[in-house]
Amino acid sequence: MISQVSKEDIKEIEKVSKKLRRNVLLMIHNAKSGHPGGSLSCIDILNVLFTKFMKYYPDCESNPNYKYRDRFILSKGHASASLYAILAHLGFIKEDELMTFRKFGSRLQGHPCSFKMPGIEVSTGSLGQGLSIGCGMALGLRLDKINSKIYVFMGDGEIEEGSVWEAAMNASHNKLNNLIAFVDRNRLQIDGSTESVKSVGDIKAKFEAFGWNTIEINGHNIQEIYNAISVAQTSDKPFVIIADTIKGYGVSFMANNPGWHGKAPNDEQLEQALKELE
Amino acid sequence: MQRECKSVRSVYGSTLVELGKKNKNIVVLDADLSCSTQTQLFAKEFPERFFNVGIAEQDLMTTAAGLSCTGKIPFVSTFAMFATGRAWEQIRNTICYSNLNVKIAATHGGITVGEDGASHQALEDISLMRSIPNMTVIVPADAEETKQAVEFAASYKGPVYIRIARTSLPDIFDSSYKFTPYKAMIMREGDDITLITNGETLVETLDCATILEEKGISSEIINMPVVKPIDAETIIKSAKKTNRVFTIENHSVIGGLGSAVCEVLSENYPVKVTRIGTNDEFGQSGTAKELMNYYGLSSVKLAEKITGFLK
Repeated sequence: MISQVSKEDIKEIEKVSKKLRRNVLLMIHNAKSGHPGGSLSCIDILNVLFTKFMKYYPDCESNPNYKYRDRFILSKGHASASLYAILAHLGFIKEDELMTFRKFGSRLQGHPCSFKMPGIEVSTGSLGQGLSIGCGMALGLRLDKINSKIYVFMGDGEIEEGSVWEAAMNASHNKLNNLIAFVDRNRLQIDGSTESVKSVGDIKAKFEAFGWNTIEINGHNIQEIYNAISVAQTSDKPFVIIADTIKGYGVSFMANNPGWHGKAPNDEQLEQALKELE
Repeated sequence: MQRECKSVRSVYGSTLVELGKKNKNIVVLDADLSCSTQTQLFAKEFPERFFNVGIAEQDLMTTAAGLSCTGKIPFVSTFAMFATGRAWEQIRNTICYSNLNVKIAATHGGITVGEDGASHQALEDISLMRSIPNMTVIVPADAEETKQAVEFAASYKGPVYIRIARTSLPDIFDSSYKFTPYKAMIMREGDDITLITNGETLVETLDCATILEEKGISSEIINMPVVKPIDAETIIKSAKKTNRVFTIENHSVIGGLGSAVCEVLSENYPVKVTRIGTNDEFGQSGTAKELMNYYGLSSVKLAEKITGFLK
């Protein structure tokens, strides 16, 4: 059931990705803090997922909790800027509000907060909890015979948390084929490469051993992202998309540099980054 | 005094079944202890609404959180030690931060866990739960109060922690009792001292007051099942009357009911408060009765301790 995305479509999606990346950097620069690296690595996936797959109420600003919506959990909550950018793009909030990110009194908290901000299903920030929350949502929707999907987005460093694997067992035991997870495989965590800090190893083999269907893709290739999410729709098991990405993607001096995990660009750096993302 | 004893865990399980019949949104989760917590009663009646997540307490709490996000009312059970200890951060960051409608009914709190020893005796659970914003904390004293506390939790919107005793407890209340979530109950009026307690130590405190009465000491007893939010008014009123307060709990003296009472009184009406519970120490193996005696929580030991303090 995989349809090709047209060249025009890909162009348009890539254009939106650039805008989202620019907004992420403007927000973090304005806040003088935040997490550019891991926000930039997941933009293309979030973009394709939210603009091409996620079901939500057309007037999402007035009805963010539409009963038959798909659910998205940003388990790596520190990439909040990317989620806010896509939610603003879709109209959950006005784009002007993005510049309140991380400021006192803002709905756009440093890490996503469900009771402040529309479109945030559950508060996250502490790593390793999203996949279990997704299991609970998947069980709840199944009880109500609601045919929506739950998408959980994790970092690759995050799966060092043991609770992820408790949830992975839960999902396969309960045959939660309405649960689709992503692992943002950018290979970097705060203290260096994932393989030097605590080798994450063969993520695909690990999830398969835990009873999941898996696919590995290039997380910056629009067609591959689209195909993977399409395939996941009809999986008979929980499905994980392991996306090879580049931390800081789109900005030459941030790419693959762990130093940009949690640091805001200064004025000059912002200017250069925005130029690269024109 | 002879009182009929009931397994409060069975009462918890059967109350869940009754709630489940009335409300199809009630779901129950356990972590491989359903035979101990008695959630098995619900599991038998409503297998499709029961989820055993296995030996994985972190997954237990966050799965319940996810279920609550879809409109379900999850009751989560395991031992108090693992519910509040292993999964504290899931409770704090996922359940309480978002004010999710999750009910944690943990069994096996306190020293009366008995033979299993220190690793399984949660003496810190009330302290751990009380410190989290949005959490309501309830410690029922007998079967009837347990039943009504569980019913209250189901009707209330927001996270609730209920400590369910392991032991069978003597009946104190009958069906005419009305659990009022934000109002403590004066169980006995007195003039000399105020004894504030809840849970398994209520019955011991009632018997202790009888012993003290024979020695000419008149005790006022406050049953305080809801440790948070605490009914400050009742505490202050009684302290003003007696000017001497004792707190008695099957829990560490650090952070539990005793601390909560001290917080109220030190800010509103400073009087001398003696906290009776386990001290800054771990428990050990033994029968519940032996341990209640050893840690000074049985009626006789309480009476000895209190008269000692009053000398």
